[in-house]
Amino acid sequence: MPAKKNLKYVISIGVIILVVIILFVVLRKHSSVKTAGKKPIYVGVLHSLTGTMAMSEIPVKNATLLAIDQINAKGGLLGRKIVPVIEDGASDPSTFAQKAKDLILKHHVSAIFGCWTSASRKAVLPVVQEYDNLLFYPVQYEGLEDSKNIIYLGSTPNQQIMPAVSWLLKKGYKKFYLIGSNYVFPRVANMIIKEQLKAEGGTLVGEQYTPLGSTDFSTIITKIKAAKPDVIFNTLNGSSNVAFFKQLMSAGITPKDIPVMSVSIAEVEVKGIGPKYLVGDYAAWNYFMSMKSKRNAAFIKNYQAKFGKNAVVDNPMEAGYFGVYLWAAAVKKADSTNINKVRQAIRGISFKAPQGLVKVDPINNQTWQKVLIGKVEPNGQFKIVWKSSKSVRPKPFPSLISDEKVTAPGVIVKRKNWKRCYEGNCLK
Amino acid sequence: MENFIRKNLIVIFLVILASVVLFLPIYYVNLFGKYFVFAIIAVGIDIIWGYTGILSLGQGVFFSLGAYCMAMYLKLQTGALPDFMVWSGFKSVPYFLSLFANAWFAIPMAIILPMLLAVIISVPIFRSNIKGVYFSILTEALALVFSLVFIAQQSYTGGSSGITDFQSLFGYSLGSSDTIRGLFLITAAVLIGIYLLIEWMLSSQLGKILVAIRDGENRLKFLGYDTIRYKVFIFTLSAGIMGLAGALFVPQIGIVSPATFGIFFSIEMVIWVAVGGRGTLIGAIIGAIVVSGIKTFSSGIFPEGWLYILGGLFILVTIVFPGGIMGIWKRYKVFEQVNLDKKFLKDLNEEK
Repeated sequence: MPAKKNLKYVISIGVIILVVIILFVVLRKHSSVKTAGKKPIYVGVLHSLTGTMAMSEIPVKNATLLAIDQINAKGGLLGRKIVPVIEDGASDPSTFAQKAKDLILKHHVSAIFGCWTSASRKAVLPVVQEYDNLLFYPVQYEGLEDSKNIIYLGSTPNQQIMPAVSWLLKKGYKKFYLIGSNYVFPRVANMIIKEQLKAEGGTLVGEQYTPLGSTDFSTIITKIKAAKPDVIFNTLNGSSNVAFFKQLMSAGITPKDIPVMSVSIAEVEVKGIGPKYLVGDYAAWNYFMSMKSKRNAAFIKNYQAKFGKNAVVDNPMEAGYFGVYLWAAAVKKADSTNINKVRQAIRGISFKAPQGLVKVDPINNQTWQKVLIGKVEPNGQFKIVWKSSKSVRPKPFPSLISDEKVTAPGVIVKRKNWKRCYEGNCLK
Repeated sequence: MENFIRKNLIVIFLVILASVVLFLPIYYVNLFGKYFVFAIIAVGIDIIWGYTGILSLGQGVFFSLGAYCMAMYLKLQTGALPDFMVWSGFKSVPYFLSLFANAWFAIPMAIILPMLLAVIISVPIFRSNIKGVYFSILTEALALVFSLVFIAQQSYTGGSSGITDFQSLFGYSLGSSDTIRGLFLITAAVLIGIYLLIEWMLSSQLGKILVAIRDGENRLKFLGYDTIRYKVFIFTLSAGIMGLAGALFVPQIGIVSPATFGIFFSIEMVIWVAVGGRGTLIGAIIGAIVVSGIKTFSSGIFPEGWLYILGGLFILVTIVFPGGIMGIWKRYKVFEQVNLDKKFLKDLNEEK
């Protein structure tokens, strides 16, 4: 072998080693924490910015950033600036898990605001538990979960689904048709509704699930017509709703004949589907854009000033917004960003959100809030037709379907002498 | 000595890289663990696409099957009823799933099940002489079918949430730094092992037959070779490698969901190999690491742009340098042993 050739291989190995060493140095430096005097507080903002969920999650991300900006404009937190580290979950649970690790281990964030789907929350849960961090989750969900590392800002079933069913029954709608996307939230929601109908004297005339994102409802609508329900309880998620409501109307079923009660349709979705398909239908939430209050007006004004004057806001966005303030209040109270201290401080903390006073339950880390039922108006807003008289205590494990309860954040125990009950109505 | 270095340059590179990564912060160890799993996938794709000329867009199915087997084991080993079964009203784990509580069943199954599926689907497909783009479409449909089935069977598979929240593997806590480093080392060892095995296999007569199937299957048939057998064999082997990669992926990432069944992931795999240089194992490995590295980097800086970068990269590779990264190296004659001759480059050009 000529010496020249030998040299070539020595050089190529040398280059490889050099590349690896440079990589090593760069990554090391990249991940080291700077410890200067008043260093900023890093927080993670983890939402899907691409993929099917981006439509819903980008506005929540924006609302979260609005709150962070407002706090920074008022001098920051503990005299330090809050710096959001924005990551993209890409509508994929394993990406969410990976990015949560990224935020905690690489960016050393003090809290994470994010997730939308139950799948993404369940993917991030083991990560925040393993590395002991805090996730602020802004969306209503199915319950049956509690963690000392997650603050649940959305409603539990007893703050949305169950009051909605009771309200419908009281209004005289007795025959229910349940339709939902095939994943955990609609499954659990309908499990609860079926028990509740038994306990409170309603009847179930049909139950159907479709794959997430499916757009053909002709078979289901034929079945609905045959079953003649008084009301359709809708737990479809995402783009399926557009197809469902349009096909329902073209089949000649109007809200006057059979109204639809939805729990995943807020102002953003109404705008997307087109209000004319929904006028007269109902939705249950804890916040509506149409709520009349000074704080809500200010929230809408600030949001629209930043993200476009025609932008609509909805419940998950409002939760993304007040979540930051709840966390900030806890940091202030703890006088530290230490996770353990913040976790102690946040128990029972409250904040005057656009929807009114919200409070973190000291026992289960979920949020006390009022329940609202709204009717869709032609302008795409909701007219509030019912409101719970006071804040409702969050119960992640409804006694109608679960024999478990929470005794402290993340501590789940079996109930003694368990009976299937909701608000005094018990099953025999 | 020089010959040895030249032959095993990629192995040396991987050993150096792995030993350096071990001393990086734990986040990067985990990240490179994932990259190495992807590199294993790329090797699996390359043997069917690069060497045998079968373009499968459904390899994610085999990967996910392996991943689900492993996830089922991790979830069931504690003995508790998984949460998604509780919601579905199950009182106990169905019998056929309860077998997965045993590691000696679940882990071999992660490789055997994908291989079994590969045999079942590939025998009729290859027998009826379906190839080229029709084969690709069939495999793409397979990916869609499986993702729908796994989402619909929520009570058995966890539905669209998938399976997550694993605690430990063989008694080691999955979150601890030592376990992450250990899993990374195992992945690196498996990658190097598979590379050496495949390299040996391809340098034998079998390798030449595979390349011959790619370049002129009919001629090979006239010579008396039963090409279907070889194609079924290599497709099944690839499925087994995918399953193994899936089993390594789950404990490191901590979740499996139907998203990995999706067509996107399967296409991404093909792009790794295309970028690295198909028809070369080294290219496949480097392509997987480089492209996923770019993905991690760019999705952190500007997430909306990542898909454009991927698309741009793919267009660039097909038009400007069809041999991928290895093709460029070859052009500058750094490696003469690279198994990518001018004829192959020409063929690639003509195909488009």
